[in-house]
Amino acid sequence: MSTPPLHIGAGDPSAPPAYRGGAFLACQQFMRNHAALAGFFILLLLGFAAVLAPWISPYDPTALKLSEKLLPPSFSHWMGTDYFGRDVMTRIVWGGRVSLSVAFLVVFYSLLVGVPIGLVSGFVGGRLDNALMRMMDAFLTFPPLLLAVAIVGLLGPDLENVVIALGIVQIPVFARIVRGSTLSAREEVYIVAARALGASAARVVFSGILRNIVSPIVVQITIVFAGAIIAEASLSFLGLGSQPPDPSWGRDLSEARRYMGDAPWLIIGPILACMLCVLSINFVGDGLRDSLDPRSWRAKTTGGSTPRVPEQVTP
Amino acid sequence: MIESAGMEPVLSVRNLHTRFHTEDGIVHAVGGVSFDLLPGKVLGIVGESGSGKSVTALSIMKLVVSPPGEVTADAITLEGEDILGIDEVRARRIRGSRIAMVFQDPMKSLNPVLTIGRQLTEALREHLGLSDRAARDRAIELLDRVGIPMARDRLGDYPHQFSGGMRQRVMIAIALSCNPSVLIADEATTALDVTIQAQIIDLVKRLTEDLGTAVIWISHDLGVVAGICDSVAVMYAGRIVESGPVRDLFHRPSHGYTLGLLGSTPRLDDDEERRLQPIDGLPPSLLDPVPLCPFLPRCRHAVGACREKPPAWRDVADVHGTRCWADLTPYWRATNG
Ligand SMILES: Nc1ncnc2c1ncn2[C@@H]1O[C@H](COP(=O)(O)OP(=O)(O)O)[C@@H](O)[C@H]1O
Ligand SMILES: [Mg+2]
Repeated sequence: MSTPPLHIGAGDPSAPPAYRGGAFLACQQFMRNHAALAGFFILLLLGFAAVLAPWISPYDPTALKLSEKLLPPSFSHWMGTDYFGRDVMTRIVWGGRVSLSVAFLVVFYSLLVGVPIGLVSGFVGGRLDNALMRMMDAFLTFPPLLLAVAIVGLLGPDLENVVIALGIVQIPVFARIVRGSTLSAREEVYIVAARALGASAARVVFSGILRNIVSPIVVQITIVFAGAIIAEASLSFLGLGSQPPDPSWGRDLSEARRYMGDAPWLIIGPILACMLCVLSINFVGDGLRDSLDPRSWRAKTTGGSTPRVPEQVTP
Repeated sequence: MIESAGMEPVLSVRNLHTRFHTEDGIVHAVGGVSFDLLPGKVLGIVGESGSGKSVTALSIMKLVVSPPGEVTADAITLEGEDILGIDEVRARRIRGSRIAMVFQDPMKSLNPVLTIGRQLTEALREHLGLSDRAARDRAIELLDRVGIPMARDRLGDYPHQFSGGMRQRVMIAIALSCNPSVLIADEATTALDVTIQAQIIDLVKRLTEDLGTAVIWISHDLGVVAGICDSVAVMYAGRIVESGPVRDLFHRPSHGYTLGLLGSTPRLDDDEERRLQPIDGLPPSLLDPVPLCPFLPRCRHAVGACREKPPAWRDVADVHGTRCWADLTPYWRATNG
């Protein structure tokens, strides 16, 4: 009793099937967003520079060379030199190494703790949910930067402590997002519908719920990442982060302040690096938010071969 | 209550009670439902919204979340096997393969982030152990059978690329993919336009006839039920108040509520004299069920006995019974037009 094929609309029945994975479509969508794409490449560049810093930087980021102090930008020193005769460009690349790894670790640790808390809270519910969420609420009542200052003040100024301080305040953010998404996903009809067809509760958690919360989590990761870069720079600016002579955008900026009259180029580098980095991350975040949600994919993303089929063509 | 004349029922429910423990008290959503579903037959369950139809279905599927839900029964048997006391692992094996369910809102019952190919093949791989390739071939065949044009090209599509009617077709394809012996359709066409509704009803009728699937068709719309069902159970306030073969029940309504429902449903053969008559009042609270007939406060045909004792189940005709004291025979001709 199979229905005779009805080819209505633009589809060419002999065309190869447009069987494309979600990842492909998400990438396609992302690439249409030019700001996000630009941000992605800038981040890639910054990331490569940071990783390869020991091999690509022509100067030593910490060695003093007082004979070359406060030189203006030139061919040999693209962004000039600082008060101790160190190449500014080199220090920015090395500073990026610090900033990006701090941000990466902050995201990593807060995800590692926050996501399981949110999942358990949302899925188990009841008293456990209550207890966990009150705890998270307590965390959230601290102004993040003040808490970080307090923790670093307590544990001592050091990058590891900066990571701990910044990570702790992000745990509740991830926990709440994951809990909220889990709760709403749990109520979704398609979760019940999937179970009515024999899906196990566990499988529903991992294939249904987790997939649905990937998008908000990824977006939050970009926000936390950008925030961590700014926070690390702020703490270092205040002298609570990386210690001299290690390079750091925030601390280099605070040092550059003192020579602003003689060497104004010193402040441009760190500011520009920080801004470029944060802006790129935000663009990438926006792009990801749009591209990770299949509902926002435009119909033509799938190629013209599968138009929305009108109801009336069926038997 | 619906007697199985000779044939073994494929699904049999006895004295099903479902309660929800809420902050306001215990909600008695289902209060003693019993019925038999014969192989290959279509049983309609009708009743106003809130009468416990969905909860009945979810209870049978073992999908009532506990707490707050609590399901008890004397027996629930599927193909002769007791499924009342089974654990979640076995329930999962039964759901989808031997008893499947389609929900009201096709816009929401498919996972928006998975391709329909994936959602179709998941059950096939899980329950039938098919290989990826075989599952894919079967998925294409199924989509073709439910009337999705260019099925092969559409496996990679996401639910949002389908219209509501098409999504419900996909849901039906998924539900029938493992050839279950019982399909529960809970308001499966309520969210759709009338023309598409008719197409879907037609499709379900044809497919289940071909496959020999027994169907529980849940709807608040008597007209829809008349078109597809062999027998009907009328639910009110969590109980079956009348049940019988569809023609018999429509021609000889024997419960005040059924009569009221028929009086408020437009019919194709209406003459101009007949006026639609809505049922006054609201359904009762399910928090503390009254011992008397729950429909009593709204009933136009109540007799003395109704105010004294709860109505007992009595037979009106062969396999047609009601839970009503009143004699409604004078109205039979009236509703027949
Ligand atoms: N999870 C729940 N908690 C409390 N009450 C519920 C729950 N689910 C359903 N109910 C109640 O059970 C009754 C029957 O609901 P339902 O079966 O959905 O009606 P319908 O006949 O419209 O499908 C309603 O009064 C509803 O409020
Ligand atoms: Mg319902």
